Amino acid sequence: MRYAMAIDTKKCVGCGDCVVACQTENNVPIGYCRDWIVEVTDGTYPQLEIEIRSERCNHCDNSPCVRCCPTGASHYIEGGIVKVTPHKCIGCGACIASCPYDARYSHPDGYVDKCTFCDHRIKQGQQPACVAVCPTKCMYFGDLDDPNSDVSNVLKKRKYKTLIPEAGTKPQVYYLI
Amino acid sequence: MREELITSGRMNPNIDPHLEIWHWHIPLYLFLGGLAAGILFFAALYVILGMESKYAGAVRRAPIIVPFLLVIGLAALFLDLRHKLYFWQLYTTIKLQSPMSWGAWTLMGITPISVIWVAIHIQEYFPKWEWKNVILKDLNAFFLKNKLALAWVTIVLSVILGIYTGILFSAFNARPLWNTSILGPLFLASGLSAGAATIILFARSKEERLLFARIDILLIVIELFLIIHMFMGFKASTQVQIDAVNMFLGGQYTAPFWIFVVVLGMLVPALLEFLELRHKKIPVVLPVALVLFGSLMLRFIIAYAGQMSRWLY
Repeated sequence: MRYAMAIDTKKCVGCGDCVVACQTENNVPIGYCRDWIVEVTDGTYPQLEIEIRSERCNHCDNSPCVRCCPTGASHYIEGGIVKVTPHKCIGCGACIASCPYDARYSHPDGYVDKCTFCDHRIKQGQQPACVAVCPTKCMYFGDLDDPNSDVSNVLKKRKYKTLIPEAGTKPQVYYLI
Repeated sequence: MREELITSGRMNPNIDPHLEIWHWHIPLYLFLGGLAAGILFFAALYVILGMESKYAGAVRRAPIIVPFLLVIGLAALFLDLRHKLYFWQLYTTIKLQSPMSWGAWTLMGITPISVIWVAIHIQEYFPKWEWKNVILKDLNAFFLKNKLALAWVTIVLSVILGIYTGILFSAFNARPLWNTSILGPLFLASGLSAGAATIILFARSKEERLLFARIDILLIVIELFLIIHMFMGFKASTQVQIDAVNMFLGGQYTAPFWIFVVVLGMLVPALLEFLELRHKKIPVVLPVALVLFGSLMLRFIIAYAGQMSRWLY
């Protein structure tokens, strides 16, 4: 099993619903976020192109955060999801410094926090909160090892990229382009 | 003009607009750890070489400050933790791929050893000292008898301590400035240089002082070589590493790095030590203070600049 997410940059309008849904679902403290919107404008005026991405932890196959963690608080669970165990985390910040996507933050309670792909919802057969709430249905989530999952199907049909693959992290959030 | 503009909605404290997760605690600790490693390295080295009485300043006198350096460093590390009451989780596991785990276990070994080292040489400072407690007396006799073995353990641990302070940074490929294996040897050389300089202060004979001045000059030359080597490597690397090194070659860290670290921290003390070797009268505290200052600044600048360097996507 290998959970992954695909996000359609052509359909995303950058409304930020995914951000708010995540903050609500996961009790993210005010002023913090586990997912966020990035807009990249490229070109020469007036020929401009815009790409909108909903970004979050990439649940990398080769996660520098898991490698750097001195206590094992950062770890993989089934499906390749990268999680943090708060009562094992000492708040040293090594994983925060190790993430090229800056996807982690220091929770006001002291431990390090980040996207979990809403594993508590997956267990109940639901989609992650951000995917479930997206008004343009631009996000696809599922098991890459299952050829019939939403995410496998859309990655078969569309061109895609990952973020900074040259960092060697093998990210598992795919952006349809 | 073609331009790429990246706008992000993320504004997490200490992460945006650029990483600021590590403040003064980490570079201070890296400096103290490196200095402690440097002093213990030379202390153990001259026991192993059988020149203990000749270089008593290095073996018996200078190590008295090491336990204090380590304890202050450990306190800084502890203050840096944000989930402090869980710090003991470091000692529930050994993670070979995590430099911080290596560091935690090395400190666990070298801190008590530094105390033992001071204890068995306590008569250097208090000639009439006698261990009253029988157990302590026996322990003292045991370590004195096995001093050579103790020196071997100390020298290995001190090299690991000195080199890991650099590897701690170089393990992060997310921060292009840190992602060079040269940082390990560079921080080790800088720690040894700081250690050698400190030993000059504790040296009893002129011969010992001059020996450590020579060693220090050699280490400063090695450091300069490693810095140039590191910058050349960055210049020949990927765009993010070119951007990273440009912070020191015209960018915002150019003046502090070249003035504080290279000129005041390396070139000037090396010149002063060289003049001392040429029998000129140089106040001994001057080159020592400059070397220590340069060593501290090197770590502060690398720690802060590294957090500013990043991948762009």
